[in-house]
Amino acid sequence: MIAAAWQIARKDLRQELRSKESLNAALSLTVVLLILFSFAFDPAAEDSKQWSGGLLWLVYSFAGALIVNRSFARELMNDCLEALRASPVPSSALFLGKAVACFLILMGVELTALPAFCIFYDVSLLGAPLMFIATLALTTWAVTVLGTMFSALTVNLHMRELMLPVLVYPMLIPPLVAAIELTRGVITGEPASEIWFRLLIGFDIIFTALAVALAEVVLTD
Amino acid sequence: MREKLLYGLGLAAILYLVRNLYVIFLVLPDEMAQGAIYRVFYFHLPGYFTAALCYLLAGIFSAMYLITRKWKWDSLAAAITEVGLPFAAMNLITGMIWGRIIWGIWWTWDPRLTSALISALIYAGYLMLRQAIPDPTERAKNSAVMAIFAFASVIFTYKSNEWFRTQHPGPVLSIRTGGGTIDPQMEWMLAHNLFALLLLAGLLLAIRWRQEERQREIESLRREALSFS
Repeated sequence: MIAAAWQIARKDLRQELRSKESLNAALSLTVVLLILFSFAFDPAAEDSKQWSGGLLWLVYSFAGALIVNRSFARELMNDCLEALRASPVPSSALFLGKAVACFLILMGVELTALPAFCIFYDVSLLGAPLMFIATLALTTWAVTVLGTMFSALTVNLHMRELMLPVLVYPMLIPPLVAAIELTRGVITGEPASEIWFRLLIGFDIIFTALAVALAEVVLTD
Repeated sequence: MREKLLYGLGLAAILYLVRNLYVIFLVLPDEMAQGAIYRVFYFHLPGYFTAALCYLLAGIFSAMYLITRKWKWDSLAAAITEVGLPFAAMNLITGMIWGRIIWGIWWTWDPRLTSALISALIYAGYLMLRQAIPDPTERAKNSAVMAIFAFASVIFTYKSNEWFRTQHPGPVLSIRTGGGTIDPQMEWMLAHNLFALLLLAGLLLAIRWRQEERQREIESLRREALSFS
């Protein structure tokens, strides 16, 4: 199953790297949002270190919604989704592969946009780089695993671009809150409570298990 | 027969609620520290319990649909989610009124308040998803999956009170604290009102369930008629 999932992930990544459709959109959206937020919240303000981590996660979650939206919608053209369903790849592997591809794309976008954030908001993440990377990876996985699941649930809807964020964002609030707290800890140098880290890990485990278990139901008729 | 049962249930729920309101406002004394406002608590906590029970049952009904693929479970899940949301609103609104008097603010971003609001938003999303899917089989399947995810997030809501630092008052029921924090008479009244609200929820569920079933019947008849024309 791992091999099949990896094949799907590689296929999605190759497709994305050739077309760059969501990659470019997500990347330019993050930069535009970072610039827009600098008008709403003064980056030179004294307390900017308290809230700039929160802005970063808002921006990342918007980029995430763009990327997961395309995950299954991309397969609608030429009935590729039907072909994937008919292929010997198990549904859980198909789902996992797509989630992994989204995860890697979103991580790429996030890491590329990170220097822009650090420069615009005069923020250094070097105080606790490992902590930040762990937060980044765990939260990005939370966003992509739920996002990919709902991308599959809404793929046949006319209004899927509208429905996906409405359904996913409320469920993403716990991991995003945890990420915001942890990132604030990294930026201000006062480490956040370890409980947020546990929350992130618990969320990832529970929702990954649920999504993999229910992928079969969602992807087969 | 079923019609009469519903009327009977409705009458019982109304009488029970009127009796409870009488006791709450005219028999029970004010609370020592908070005065008269504590009375919203008789609707606040039972409202929350009723909504939480509806969320739980929506998850169970949805899982039952995925296991058995019988339509009745799908209708039940849809009906109970719709019934649960007004009780969640009751919980939130009474909580806000209480907060305005005791805390001086309508709303505070306390984790328990926040997560109660998030749960309500998630279940509103569930109903929106149902409306957006035209095909009945896909609607039943996808919304069942959504309901299961939604319930996992409600568990986060409930646990959040223990996980996060909170300014919401802690548990008062003797089942959680071992007794001593709440007057037995008041706790008993709380149980009475919980039963009254549950009765009301049961009644609404029965009505909504029947509507869902009939709507499904009408939809299938319409499809049949279209396939002939």
